[in-house]
Parts: sequence; C-alpha cells; structure tokens
Amino acid sequence: MEMNTISRDLSVSLSGVKLQNPVIPASGCFGFGYVMTSYYDIDILGSISIKGTTRDARFGNPLPRIAECPSGMINSVGLQNPGVDAVIANELPKLRAVFHQPIIANVSGFAIDEYVECCSKMDNAEQVEIIELNVSCPNVHGGGMSFGTSPASVAEVVRAVKAATTKPLYVKLTPNVTDIVSIASAAVEAGADGICLINTLLGMRIDIKTRRPVVANVMGGVSGPAVFPVAVRMIYQVAKACGVPIIGCGGVMTARDVIEMMMAGATAVEVGAANLVNPCACKEIIEQLPVEMERLGIDSLSSIIGACK
Amino acid sequence: MKTDYTIIANRQLTHKTWVMTLRGDTSAIKAPGQFVNIAIPEKFLRRPISICDWSHERGEITLLYDTVGEGTEFMSRMKPGDTLDMLNGLGNGFSTDPDTDRPLLLGGGIGCAPLLGLARTLKARGKDPIAILGYNTASDSFGMDRWFEQIGVEAHIATVDGSAGTKGFVTDVIREKGIASGYFQACGPMPMLRALCTDLVIPGEVSLESRMGCGFGACMGCVIQTTEGPRGICKAGPVFRKEVLIWK
Repeated sequence: MEMNTISRDLSVSLSGVKLQNPVIPASGCFGFGYVMTSYYDIDILGSISIKGTTRDARFGNPLPRIAECPSGMINSVGLQNPGVDAVIANELPKLRAVFHQPIIANVSGFAIDEYVECCSKMDNAEQVEIIELNVSCPNVHGGGMSFGTSPASVAEVVRAVKAATTKPLYVKLTPNVTDIVSIASAAVEAGADGICLINTLLGMRIDIKTRRPVVANVMGGVSGPAVFPVAVRMIYQVAKACGVPIIGCGGVMTARDVIEMMMAGATAVEVGAANLVNPCACKEIIEQLPVEMERLGIDSLSSIIGACK
Repeated sequence: MKTDYTIIANRQLTHKTWVMTLRGDTSAIKAPGQFVNIAIPEKFLRRPISICDWSHERGEITLLYDTVGEGTEFMSRMKPGDTLDMLNGLGNGFSTDPDTDRPLLLGGGIGCAPLLGLARTLKARGKDPIAILGYNTASDSFGMDRWFEQIGVEAHIATVDGSAGTKGFVTDVIREKGIASGYFQACGPMPMLRALCTDLVIPGEVSLESRMGCGFGACMGCVIQTTEGPRGICKAGPVFRKEVLIWK
C-alpha cells in the first residue's frame, strides 16, 4: 500500500472548536506567534496558545531566567507580558494577520477579580476561541500556581471566570500537587469545559562554581522531555476520572509523543520547550504525524483519544 | 534557519579560548555582531555564540569561544569533519554606518570576538576603525590584535595586571593614547559595558549577553528593561544603543 493512498484525518475538536490537527505551540514558548513566521507558515498549526497574559503589564523576573537541565530546561520568566489591553490591541491583530486558525488566550493572575477582568476581556476579543486559565505558573509570588494547588481555590477562580465568560474555558493545572485528579475534578465541577495539563514542575539548579542558584528567581519551572512521563501519567489519570477534553502538554518532542499523549487521553497536544531548541519543531511534528499514523494503522487521530486502557 | 555546518578547524588559542571555523550556509548573516545558536549533542538548550567573522564567498564562519561549561567543553573536543546544527544570523548586530570616520571598537576578553567582523565591515565601508582589546592578563590574550592589524586596523591591548599592553582597562588606553572618536562599539563583560556607557561621553552601542532559551524571540528568557520598554537581548539585541540601556 502506498503512503498517500489513504487520507489521514488529523482533525480534532475542543469543545466544538475544530482544529485541523492537534498540534498547538504552548504558551510562553512561541511568543505571540507572528515572531515565528520567519521559520515557517504558522497557518499549518492546529492552534496557538499565546503568551500568558495578565490584567496589567508585567516585566517579569530578573535575568538569568533560563537554566539547562538533563533532557530539559528551567525557566523563570515570571509572566512577562504587555497586559491584556495591549495584547488585544496590538498582539492579537498581528497574529491574526498571519494565522487563520483558532487562537487560545492563556490568562494568568494574582487575584480572582483580576482573572475575571482579564478573561472577560479575552472573551470579548473576536480573535480568541478558547480561554486557557493558567492557575499553575510556578514563577510568580502570591498568584499563579497558588490558585492551582487546592481544589477549593481552583473551584473558586473557575466559577468566577466561568460566570463572566462564554467561550470554552480550559484550566491549565500544575503538576506540583499531591492529587491531580481531585484538583481537575474540582475545576470541572466548577464549570471548566476542559483541562490542560501539565504546566512546569518546580525545580532548581545551582552553579557549583559560584554556589548560587542559576536562575535569579532561585527556582523555576522544569520542562522538556524530562517531564513527558509525568504529563502522560497525569493526563491518563485525569482522563479516566473527568469526562472533559484534555489539552496535553509537557515534554512533547515528536509525532510519536503526540500520539502517546493522545492515547493517554489528550484531545489536543501543546508543544513547548521543543520550539525553543528547534523553531520548526511543530512543523516537523505535523509533517511526521501522517507517517506515524500510517505506520500504526491509524486513520483518524480523534479515534485514538484515550485509547490506552 | 536550522542548518548543519561542517567544522574545518578547531584550534586552542589560550588556556581557555578556542577558535572554530565552520563551512555552510552563511546567507542568514546580515551584520557583524549577530550570533549563532548551537545545538550541542546530549544537551537540551542551544549555546549562543557571537560570530567573530564570516565570508559569504567561501561559505565560512569563524567563532571564538571560551570553555566555560559542559557545552563549550564539548565543542572543544570536536574535530574537523564533525558537524554542528546551528541557527545562524540571529539578533540585530552592530551598526555599520556610525556617524564618525573613526569608530572606536572596545572589547573585553571573549567579547573581542565580534569586533573583528565589525572592523572588516567598517573598513569596507570606508571607515577607519581603531580597536582596543582588554584582558585580565597576558595569558588570556589570544593574539587578536594581530588579526586586526592584518586587515589594516590599528589595535591596542590593555591588561588589568599590566602584563601586556597598557596596564588597566580599555578606557586607560583611550586616555593614554589620546584617542578621539565620535562613536564607540563595544562587547565584553557587563561591568565593563556599564563603565563604558556611564564614563564615555561619546555616543555608542554595546553588545549584551545572556543565558537564552531560544535565541529568536519566542520565550522571553533574556528580556531586559530599556527606556523603550522590555526588549529581548536575542531579538531586539544583542546590540543596544547606550542611551536605551538602564544601569541599576
């Protein structure tokens, strides 16, 4: 049988939002998207999760913000962004000019009312199709991840945001918890349309010559292939327990990783750190997916979601 | 673009500094002071290294690097014929039409590297640059003053301990030789660049370095605050005009 005799169906659907394929550059690893057009036509992507946005502009953390790890990296950028109004006024139009697929707005915050205001503005932005509520950033104090580490606080912020928005709401969770299922369940019960997991794992490196932390903020989020098995495990657990779509994220480097994560229960898959070391990572994954599907006898990617029993 | 380059030479110059010449596609290089981001086998992140010089005609790139960690130590063990995957032509680079006939090129340690390609480019544009190279001590100097002289550029050396050239910093050479210029272009360690930006009265620009995630503006891992707002060293830089920088 020749490779191209059967058309492989890569499309998936997130709460009614149809994606031409499941590959989504993860928030924070692709800027606002248009910066990547010097490498390839980004319209081939399933979607883009834009740089994490907060109500007010944030400079973020001091340098250095980046450290190397075995099979991965640590970042402590600290939610640098120009603020939601500037993102809507400047960044989304620039992205929309070169990208005609659904856009995911990643929103973070430090207080419930801030999350609500920011999400509500993104809800009104015509370019945005899905809101990704980031309750899992490990690199800011007094917000971000602190909302994502207890079922009660996750439920509180999700309930408040859901009441103020109409677009599909996906809650991006932190793996830095003892029981991911109880957190995910609380988000779903509070109205989340889907779950995105995982954000980075809290980690640290020390420069043994200077005896000081490598990143200025001392700790940061570990990402890259080192965290892939943790992501697959948590997606598998949450998929079994919660009946909502999952956007998988964490250490995806290849088309095979995408397929594995979908078999664990992900409907779509975000690619993060891979973009930083290979700007064409998502393009190569998308091109390789039909080849791997052919090899594995998969006609439709949506048929393998949660296929691992 | 991500491309493979073949090493044609990799030679040790001092106890810590190496020079590597590679052959491959140089078309992405638009200005001196741009950098490459090198994939190191067994390492996750790429290593950003400034382009010392290049030849579009020969399809060659010269890199100078200090062995400061596992990535650069790996590079030092590579042999002619080995290949490296590099993103090429990253960042903005130095301005090549400064408003002076005699640009002052100021380097510190390995930061002297991009000044060679800059000097060659300035010469080709009819300028008469002068280079001052600063090192801690004579054994750190890798003979770059001679490379400048080979392309007809006057070069001076300063060492902190006085073991070669003028004792002190590059600014001491400027004073001692009474060098006059309308614009400086510098690359070196942060304390040096800070001193140049605050002490020199003439306008100028400096090339910054940072640990980077991507090298092309996607991750915001190397962003600094400037008078024009936050700017990524990798994309808006690495070269910044001195008046936009904020020194704390």
